[in-house]
Amino acid sequence: MGVFLFFLLAVLCVGGVLGFILSRNQAHSALFLVLAFTCLGGLFGLLDAPFIAAVQIIIYAGAIMVLFIFVIMMINLEQGIAPERKRWTLGLSAVLAVFLLVELALAVRGTLGTLGRTGGETIGSPTELGRLLFTDYLYPFEITSILIVAALVGAIVLVKKEGKE
Amino acid sequence: MEIFWLIPLFPGASALVLAVLGKWLPKKAVSWLACLSVFAAFLASAVSFFGLLRVPAESLPVVKTLFPWIQAGSFRSDLALQLDPLSSLMTLVVSGVGFLIHVYSVGYMAHDKGYRRYFTYLNLFTFAMLILVLGANLVLMFVGWEGVGLCSYLLIGFWFEKPSAANAGKKAFIVNRIGDAGFLLGIFFIFLTVGSGDFRAINSAVGGGVVTQGMATLIALLFFVGATGKSAQIPLYVWLPDAMEGPTPVSALIHAATMVTAGVYMVCRLNLLFTLSGAAGQVVALVGAVTAVFAATMALTQNDIKRVLAYSTISQIGYMFIGCGVGAYAAGMFHLYTHAFFKSLLFLSAGSVMHALSGELDMRKMGGLRKYLPLTYPAFLVGAIAIAGVPFLSGFFSKDAILTQAFAQGQYFIWALGLMCAVLTAFYMFRLIFLTFFGPERIDPQVKEHLHESPRVMTVPLVVLAFFSVVAGYVGLPVVFGERANLLTRFLEPVIRPEAEGHLSINTEWMLILASVAVALCGIYIAYVFYLRSPRTPHRLVGRFPAVYRLLYNKYYVDETYNAVFVKPLVGGSRAVYDHFDLRVIDGAVDGTAAAAGFAGKALSVLQSGLVKDYALAFLLGVAVFLGYLLF
Amino acid sequence: MIPLGYFIGLSVLLFVLGVAAFFIKRDLMTMFMAVEVMLNAANLAFVALAKSAGSPAGQVIVFFVITVAAAEAAVGLAIILLVFRQKKSIKAEEMRLMKG
Repeated sequence: MGVFLFFLLAVLCVGGVLGFILSRNQAHSALFLVLAFTCLGGLFGLLDAPFIAAVQIIIYAGAIMVLFIFVIMMINLEQGIAPERKRWTLGLSAVLAVFLLVELALAVRGTLGTLGRTGGETIGSPTELGRLLFTDYLYPFEITSILIVAALVGAIVLVKKEGKE
Repeated sequence: MEIFWLIPLFPGASALVLAVLGKWLPKKAVSWLACLSVFAAFLASAVSFFGLLRVPAESLPVVKTLFPWIQAGSFRSDLALQLDPLSSLMTLVVSGVGFLIHVYSVGYMAHDKGYRRYFTYLNLFTFAMLILVLGANLVLMFVGWEGVGLCSYLLIGFWFEKPSAANAGKKAFIVNRIGDAGFLLGIFFIFLTVGSGDFRAINSAVGGGVVTQGMATLIALLFFVGATGKSAQIPLYVWLPDAMEGPTPVSALIHAATMVTAGVYMVCRLNLLFTLSGAAGQVVALVGAVTAVFAATMALTQNDIKRVLAYSTISQIGYMFIGCGVGAYAAGMFHLYTHAFFKSLLFLSAGSVMHALSGELDMRKMGGLRKYLPLTYPAFLVGAIAIAGVPFLSGFFSKDAILTQAFAQGQYFIWALGLMCAVLTAFYMFRLIFLTFFGPERIDPQVKEHLHESPRVMTVPLVVLAFFSVVAGYVGLPVVFGERANLLTRFLEPVIRPEAEGHLSINTEWMLILASVAVALCGIYIAYVFYLRSPRTPHRLVGRFPAVYRLLYNKYYVDETYNAVFVKPLVGGSRAVYDHFDLRVIDGAVDGTAAAAGFAGKALSVLQSGLVKDYALAFLLGVAVFLGYLLF
Repeated sequence: MIPLGYFIGLSVLLFVLGVAAFFIKRDLMTMFMAVEVMLNAANLAFVALAKSAGSPAGQVIVFFVITVAAAEAAVGLAIILLVFRQKKSIKAEEMRLMKG
């Protein structure tokens, strides 16, 4: 059952990404990506990480992608942009992408076919994560909050239109 | 006596002060500082001299090492000064005559706008010359040697706005450099054979048989090449007549009394080497004798007072080398010492005449000046009599010493040349006297209006020098007055062994003395006839032998020959090298490097396309490479 | 249950697809979205390994990554907006001010 679910979600995910790549319309691309991220959230759920799965769907698919769509709407381009013409860099990047794929595959081949200890449900529960966040990982937590504030202020300042004076 | 190392320091410090602060010092301060520093050097020399007399001969020379200077492996050269009879004599001459000339310059250069610069250079020269004579090893002596060469260049070209003066300075320096090449080679060979440039080490090496005769000849000849440059002998004498472009006191100090005698000093310092190699001594004597006659013939026809004196100097130094060449080093030094007095006297008097005549140098525009210059005339006359070798003045004693020794060593040809030179010397000196001070007045009327005797600051040194020109010779009485009568030779014994000198019977000695006197008086008489009794004689002679006259007047065309044979090809060659090598290869290399850098930059800037994608590609490439490295 | 390898393999695939997307697309928006794809691929790998190793640290990291990605998206989009205001276009080729 789990495997079937996995392949369903995986196919949908990859399909979403492929749709994102192949689509000419940016809004369509964004929507495809929403699909992909949602499936990803599902996959997280399969991996005994309910909290992360929720966060993924709420934040990533629900907030970040919506942000992207807002901006696409603001930019309001009439037509899509055709993908890259033939340039020598295209060929090189294709080669490199394949190469990267091969390399990574080689790198991870040792892990294929195993799934380690189950570890139980407890590792992904919000209680557990929360406890970790406020004890072992306190510093990163605080610093990340500062980072968010900075990004917030930064984004507002950047986009503010010039004042009348 | 322990203070002898201070001798060069006084003028050296003064030169430094004048160089740095001279611009802001009042003229009076400059004069006092410059003159007093040399006087202080003279006092120190005198004190050291008297102290030296008390030192027993075995502990000579007294050496003071100031500090170890160069130490590179087995090559070692310290900054050390040494005091022995030879160097003491030289310091007395240099500082004494130098002081008088400094005082004279105060008057002579009074209106020159380069006053301070002049005294800076003059003090610097004195410093360098003292280092030269006090140096305890060859390297330090060479430092002084080059120093005086430099100051000579600076002072000859003192009025550098005049092209002829600037060229004369250059000529002096370059010709000297050729001689210095020989000097340097000599130093190298000394280090090769003896292992050290220290004079004590050299002397003991020569005495101990470390140096072979062949090697000694080679080294001595190399050093003598350096001497021909500095002391203006054949073939490197050509700079000295041109050097008269400098101020007259400079000619007196540098080109009469001190710098040009440095070569003689050097030969005497290395006398053991020259004695060991018989051939080198022969060469020295021959070159000296030929130069003496050669220069004297050129002096016969010159119309410029200073040029006559310049050729006379070349000729007299030839005499000194005759003395050294035949082994009579003490006689050579004797003549150096007396010559310093009467030659500088002659030059300073000539300067006085020029000063009186507002800068006129040509003897054809003079005449009858003895009425107007009551102090300069007698001074000049004393100098002329001394140099001609008239008895009882200093020149007579020193010349006689040299000629006697030449004869005693069996060098009859050299002796004959020396005698011939004596005639010529007497002749041209008195030609000068008669043309300048006697006879009809040919002075330009405008110049005559300003005709006046020189100020006291200039005439007092003349008197002092005249006095010494007369009495200085009595320290070297010939053997006829007693075996031990020659005080100078006895004084120089620790440095110069008297065994090198020969001995003659009393009768022969008297004969030689008579010969010298006769020859001198002969020369004077002929000059008298030519220029006073029947003044048309010279013209008639010239008319009969125009080619000979032209040859002599144009100085045997030596300058022109050198120019064609050496100078022009060198200049041409240099230009060719410049065009083909310097411009193309060296500039090409430098420009090429710059161009290559630019090209590389342009090539690399292709990577900076400004596109984010390309930069990302670079990232990807890096990641792929790195991963590959980790995996494989 | 589900072999770890499957998840890792998927993660690798997604990552490479993201890289390819970055190079294929010509406008800034989609390129930026490709970056997000890459981030998510990494997240997937983290979570899978966290499960495999039984350590919740992996999930904590993912939590942070998502947070930072959100912040980065905000600022990045602001910049893209500014660029669009200046140049009236978001074609990547036209952003060549740093050339040379």
